[in-house]
Amino acid sequence: MFNIEISQIKVIASKEFRDRIRNRWVIAVAIIFTAFALAIAYFGSAQQGEVGLRNIEVTIASLVSLVIYLIPLIALILGYDAIVGERERGSLDLLLSMPITRLELILGKFLGLSAALASATLVGFGLVGLLLAYQINLDALYHYMGFMFSAILLGMVFLSLAVMVSVISTDRARASGAAIAVWFFFVLVYDLILLGILVLSGGSFGEALFPLLLLLNPADIFRILNIFSTEDLKVFYGLATVFPASLSNPWLLGSMMITWIVMPLTIALWRFK
Amino acid sequence: MKNNVIEVKNVIKHYGDVLAVDGVTFTVVKGETLGLIGHNGAGKSTLFKMMLGLIPLTAGEISINGAPVHGSAFRELRRSIGYLPENVVFYDNLTGLETLKFFASLKSCNQNKCLSLLEKVGLTHAANRRVDGYSKGMRQRLGFAQALLGNPRILFLDEPTTGLDPEAIREFYLILNELNTQGVTVVITSHILSEIQERVQRLAVLKSGKLHALGTVQELRESVNLPLIIKVRHHCSQSILQSLLQEIALESIAVSETAVELSCHRTHKMEVLHKLSTLGALIEDVIVREPSLEDVFLGYAG
Repeated sequence: MFNIEISQIKVIASKEFRDRIRNRWVIAVAIIFTAFALAIAYFGSAQQGEVGLRNIEVTIASLVSLVIYLIPLIALILGYDAIVGERERGSLDLLLSMPITRLELILGKFLGLSAALASATLVGFGLVGLLLAYQINLDALYHYMGFMFSAILLGMVFLSLAVMVSVISTDRARASGAAIAVWFFFVLVYDLILLGILVLSGGSFGEALFPLLLLLNPADIFRILNIFSTEDLKVFYGLATVFPASLSNPWLLGSMMITWIVMPLTIALWRFK
Repeated sequence: MKNNVIEVKNVIKHYGDVLAVDGVTFTVVKGETLGLIGHNGAGKSTLFKMMLGLIPLTAGEISINGAPVHGSAFRELRRSIGYLPENVVFYDNLTGLETLKFFASLKSCNQNKCLSLLEKVGLTHAANRRVDGYSKGMRQRLGFAQALLGNPRILFLDEPTTGLDPEAIREFYLILNELNTQGVTVVITSHILSEIQERVQRLAVLKSGKLHALGTVQELRESVNLPLIIKVRHHCSQSILQSLLQEIALESIAVSETAVELSCHRTHKMEVLHKLSTLGALIEDVIVREPSLEDVFLGYAG
């Protein structure tokens, strides 16, 4: 069962991607990203008492805060239906009667949806990047590209979680509920719990353990990956600021993100009966 | 036997506490059409899914062309199998032609054949229409075209004629007949028994997960031993007829002025006919009706 035919993955992936292009999902999400990003780029420095296209670092910091809510939500909505939807509509049996393994089906779905989300991210934030281009130096360009790339990784992590939810759930209603729960947990609840523990323990809570716990949340990893800026902007990054520089190696953080992509997919394959 | 295409041996399937399939054994030989009948919940679809390797067996084994469906040869096997699920569902946003092309690419077969397949099932006019505008019958035709992708050697058809009009059903069986002559092996389920009995070589009757009978239509009829119906048109008096037939053990008899309808066991058939023949020209006509498959089916599965 573990012989993989890339062509089968490609057939599934390109169908998923084409579907999202045809029903204008990609363009709709790209417009949402552009609109939000433009608003943030324009009003992002209001805290400093100004409006208008200002500091690129401030803009990126604000975009990070936006993306951390928006992309996981969009990815979960995009992916929760992937398998359970086919099962509930009744098309899964026919699909699985084809010369395709379950691994190929899962990977095809995941990669096709990832391509759709990545396209929307690149187009949406890329357009804003072009608008900011006049005031961007090479360094800032590098940061902005890094931001877009990590946003895509973040989307893939939550797509992977969505596919896992989709395989495990018995029907679409449960799957959507579970997807929302995943979003709440990683985006809202997790940091609150950590903060609560930190406060309750009077700050004595293991200095070594704390950053490792942050690594267990892909949303936090995304935040940490995007700290390029100076001290005065760190207020934008919340808990991530307590992260020690020694662990801030982008390769380490990147591979943590990859782990977060692989793990849910592995569980999905294991539970896909 | 090397001619055995499908071998099902002592297959058992549990869903939790529910015993869905209980020790089923049969074989299907090359070029044969086997009809699978039984009530809803008798285990037909479960058996189908196990033969296709979609769900695991609790016990027993199933092989196709001598190999297990889930084994290393599964890709080769799957390419040689066509499957039409019950109530087939496609993707509403694709056209008929796109649907076929999608499955053709999964089966790694020539996409240029898709149009001619659509023509074969009479869907050329709707090739570029989205499937969400298709009627039930059109979806079923598209499902059949899909099952024929890549010239399969084995066809699994689950209630293939549901939603088809009589003309389409006739065309469907014409295609099936043509495939049979080319040596394609077919397993088919249907709840329209009068339709299936003329079209299959053998029937398997499932009830509560058990195989209750297996054989040709004639073998099944004989084994259940249902009474034959004999209809007689006559010119003689009712009393003569009644006294003539009273020595024979009949199941029932209804006599009127010009006709008699009686039912008797197969073993008494010749005796009845012999007695009737002694009346000579007083008998105008005799019709012997075999029990229909519906009767056989109800005898077993009712």
